[in-house]
Amino acid sequence: MKVARGLSLSYVARNLYARKLTTLLTALGMALVIFVFATVLMMAEGLRKTLGGTGTDSNVVVIRQGSQTEVQSTVLREQANLIAALPGLASGATGQPRLSREVLILVNLPRKGGGLANVVVRGTTDEGLALRPQARMVSGRPFKPGSSEIIIGSAMARGKVALRIGDSVNFGLRSWTVVGIFDAGSSGFDSEIWGDAEQMMQAFRRNAYSSMLIGLRDAASYKTFADAVATQPQLKLDLKPERQFYADQSEKLANFISILGQTITVIFSIGAIIGAMITMYASVANRTREIGTLRALGFRRGNIVNAFLQEAMLLGLVAGVGGLGAASLMQAVEISTTNVQTFSEVVFRLALTPGIALEVLLFSLLMGVLGGVLPALRASKLEIVDALRSA
Amino acid sequence: MNAAYLFKLASKNMWRHRARTVMTIAGIAIAIVSFGLLRTVVDSWYAGAELSDSGRLITRSNASLSFSLPRTHAERIRRVPGVEAVTWANWFGGIYIDEKNFFSQFAIDPDSYFQLYPEFKVPPEQFAAFRSDRRGAIIGQKLVRKFGFKIGDQVPLKGTAYPGNWSFTVRGIYQGADDKVDEGQFFMHWDYVNETVKSILPSQADRVGVFIVNIKDPAQAASVSAAIDSGFKNSLAETRTETQKAFQLGFIAMVDTILVAIQTVAYVVVLIIMAVMANTMAMAARERTREYATLKALGFGDKVVCTLILGESLTISLVGGLLGILLTFPLAQGFFNATRDLFIVFEVTPTTLALQLGAALLIGVTAAVAPAINSTRVRIVDGLRAVT
Repeated sequence: MKVARGLSLSYVARNLYARKLTTLLTALGMALVIFVFATVLMMAEGLRKTLGGTGTDSNVVVIRQGSQTEVQSTVLREQANLIAALPGLASGATGQPRLSREVLILVNLPRKGGGLANVVVRGTTDEGLALRPQARMVSGRPFKPGSSEIIIGSAMARGKVALRIGDSVNFGLRSWTVVGIFDAGSSGFDSEIWGDAEQMMQAFRRNAYSSMLIGLRDAASYKTFADAVATQPQLKLDLKPERQFYADQSEKLANFISILGQTITVIFSIGAIIGAMITMYASVANRTREIGTLRALGFRRGNIVNAFLQEAMLLGLVAGVGGLGAASLMQAVEISTTNVQTFSEVVFRLALTPGIALEVLLFSLLMGVLGGVLPALRASKLEIVDALRSA
Repeated sequence: MNAAYLFKLASKNMWRHRARTVMTIAGIAIAIVSFGLLRTVVDSWYAGAELSDSGRLITRSNASLSFSLPRTHAERIRRVPGVEAVTWANWFGGIYIDEKNFFSQFAIDPDSYFQLYPEFKVPPEQFAAFRSDRRGAIIGQKLVRKFGFKIGDQVPLKGTAYPGNWSFTVRGIYQGADDKVDEGQFFMHWDYVNETVKSILPSQADRVGVFIVNIKDPAQAASVSAAIDSGFKNSLAETRTETQKAFQLGFIAMVDTILVAIQTVAYVVVLIIMAVMANTMAMAARERTREYATLKALGFGDKVVCTLILGESLTISLVGGLLGILLTFPLAQGFFNATRDLFIVFEVTPTTLALQLGAALLIGVTAAVAPAINSTRVRIVDGLRAVT
């Protein structure tokens, strides 16, 4: 005998709709779990995106061997001159190699609401600005070389530090005036303050640079350049493509956030799965007679299991969509914190990617399935006669 | 109806759906445990700073911690009235084999440092061996447990703040005076590090990361701090002096966004469980619409019905809550054992316990509100007629 394909989806959906309050509360519980899960993933992703989107592949950052961050690094003038003579470098309009000798300093600035932020102050050059075309002035003007003027990244104009054009900032026994705000496409540079390298070195009585930024002819010249550096071991310098250099700096904090978040989510999801289970058991218990009738009409045990599993999955999906919807609003949130790896302030925005959305929705379906599988099996095990006879 | 009888009826009701009640209790217990654990994580983070000695000040560069100060500041600080002793430490930040094996390393001046930190207990003969070996190191008990170091071992460190490959010989092992002392640090000779730096990076020689200042009267901390800082005002190396506690709180404030997130999450857990519980109660009450109507038809008032609902809800939430509170202790201990590197103390505070209990009560009450109000609204006739 040919049996109908199973119970229709509208039957499943209407069952959920019939118990509005219960469905709503269960879905709310699950949606909150999904919300927490999505937010944490978005936080880690936002940090990766901000730091990973910093820089260009055809630029190379050079720092002292083993120093890991620009702040800890020192590049001596002699080392800098040797680097400038290596092959693979791009040439500027007047034939000089495209490179910027930079100095990086962490300066304490007060955070709104108390505390101090370690803000990256980068002493750079005209060439340094030219090598970072993604940083565009959005208001004010660039700093004048040889002056105590600084420009600030757009995140420093917002966030917890909140500087404005015309403000003066004191460090290195000098007062520096903010003359402009630049935007580098929500990358890590947006959390920095830039000024003239030589002026900063004078102010801090430094005679060595922190790092060098080098423009290659193209991304493929990296190998030529890296080989050339390798042939001069006395240089004792490390180098990395600019984009990778900054991306690597996001790993520790991003991993910490993901691991913490995932642990928390797993614990919470147990609570939510229990909630789904309670709802589904009740759904089965309330519909014993209905299930008996369906069986008597010729629907098989498998159809019943399917229908209840679908109901649980639909519940999960509703929760998943709701939680994800709420989490998508979190994209407007900007987080200002200290990057443990570089010890400096970084401002980033939560980022939702299709990958995260998919992962979160699958997780919500999984929660539904886990909550629904036992009740569905119980429903299918009911004997037709007993079920029909039950009160 | 007397209270004992009501209670009996409510608990009988509770066991009508055994599986559901057990699951609800389990859900509440999980929520209360995670709430307690998350709160304890946040508390313990701050606890490290709370423990610090108020008679100790930290002096560092005013520009930021990434700047060092000249070693010669020590003598000038020592002459400031109210100062008893001064020592200094430099963050070494070396990598032991792999970045994952993180532990704090400081280059210190042996005599003055260990005098200022009497809570680091080193056997005298080990301390003497450390003093006479320029490449020696004193390490904490925790590092012995974690990496299996023993006296005489060579520990290779790859420099980050100080270039090169370094190697130190373990000469002594310190223990904390009590269990609130961080036993995970690694100390080497400042002199040795400084001399090596002098030959490779002369500009960074004779520099100090932080000065640690012991003062005679902890009550004078603010005025002594101000006196130290004003002595270096408008010099190239301006200082910022604060109590050790404030200094450590400053570190914590850097990651406070993450702490706020953890705390928010702790409250979200309670919300999730409130939804689950409210659901169970709503379900139970709907199934019994007819019974409640019968009770009312027999002449019992709304009050009795409401008490029944509230009693059942509160009993479930409190049983779950107490179970959760009891589970918090072994779990906190387990968590602490697993993450010993991150926390110095990890204690469930009485506040946390009170909040856990409060959360359980809140869950019980809120879950009962909607069904209780509903039960007063339903007319007896409709209730008797209701199909569930």
